Amino acid sequence: MGEVIVVTSGKGGVGKTTTTANLGTGLAQLGYKVALVDADIGLRNLDVVLGLENRIVYDITDVTGGHCRLRQALIKDKRYEGLFLLPAAQTKDKTAVSPDQMKALCEDLSQEFDYVIIDCPAGIEQGFRNAIAGAHRAIVVTTPEVSAVRDADRIIGLLEAAELRDPKLIINRVRHKMVAAGDMMSIDDIIDILAVDLLGVVPEDEMVIITTNRGEAVIQDDRSRSGMAFRNIVRRITGEQVPLLPLEEGGLFSKLRRLMGFK
Amino acid sequence: MLDFITRIFNRESTASKNIAKERLRLVLVHDRASVSPQLLQTLKEDLIRVISNYMVIDEEALEVNLENSENQVALIANIPIKSMKRNVNAV
Ligand SMILES: Nc1ncnc2c1ncn2[C@@H]1O[C@H](COP(=O)(O)OP(=O)(O)OP(=O)(O)O)[C@@H](O)[C@H]1O
Ligand SMILES: [Mg+2]
Repeated sequence: MGEVIVVTSGKGGVGKTTTTANLGTGLAQLGYKVALVDADIGLRNLDVVLGLENRIVYDITDVTGGHCRLRQALIKDKRYEGLFLLPAAQTKDKTAVSPDQMKALCEDLSQEFDYVIIDCPAGIEQGFRNAIAGAHRAIVVTTPEVSAVRDADRIIGLLEAAELRDPKLIINRVRHKMVAAGDMMSIDDIIDILAVDLLGVVPEDEMVIITTNRGEAVIQDDRSRSGMAFRNIVRRITGEQVPLLPLEEGGLFSKLRRLMGFK
Repeated sequence: MLDFITRIFNRESTASKNIAKERLRLVLVHDRASVSPQLLQTLKEDLIRVISNYMVIDEEALEVNLENSENQVALIANIPIKSMKRNVNAV
């Protein structure tokens, strides 16, 4: 049975969809069968980030509502054999799906896929509760800002209350020059405050925007620093012990002992 | 004024990330306490149990709160004592 992982954050716009697209692409590159689920109902995004927006026929509410079979709604990526997307509905709202339906859906998907990755909407309302309902594991994405870290802390509390223990943290959009100048919280600062394990650090990188413009994931770009960071995160998810690269920690000392593989 | 000047020259504490960190620390004390409203209640019950070994307190009037002061969060407990117990052995 495959692993169901929810990518969540609390605060909007910190990089959940970008992370989901990159982890999915990276796992598919390694040969895994991966289903990406866009749980952001009403604000469909993952399809355009993956460049699959023109191929949507059915969406997640068609599956949960019994209007089509799961297989019919899954869009197969052209570039990677094992990569599939289950798109969100664009014209409905978050109450169109219930936590129980999500749970059943995740169960079905995990029978067929090695990894099921769920892109969670921002917020802590029903959309969040739906997205985490069928998950075995959680990845919390934050940026080095007070509001994003505060929301991450709240989300970690809610995940724990929902018995999704031991979430792993991705710190996104880190600017190492600002960290070095003391004008951005460092990895250690954030880990100290949140007291969770670090899964990886993704630098602020123009290439994220450039590749997203093309409907590609930055992990496909061999030279970009953010792509490299995502590749390391993917390897950690598969259980490999990959130390923080200097590019991730910005050359500063970091708490390696807190850095754990996913399993 | 002096305080202001020392702050300007004391990069270590005025680096904006330190301000961010300090503000986060304070706000999370409150956030975490309110995520579990039971926390203060449980704490209250524990306090009553421990203190009752030494004195008779007015359980109804007991108040426990988190309060914000300048740059720290304090746990303020107001515990009216009805009487002291006579036979508590000094440790
Ligand atoms: N490491 C990065 N470097 C530069 N830009 C980034 C990085 N990560 C994300 N972005 C950009 O930030 C924006 C928000 O990212 P994204 O859509 O992934 O966030 P989100 O958490 O899914 O947002 P929402 O809460 O609205 O769903 C996008 O324009 C994305 O291209
Ligand atoms: Mg998103």
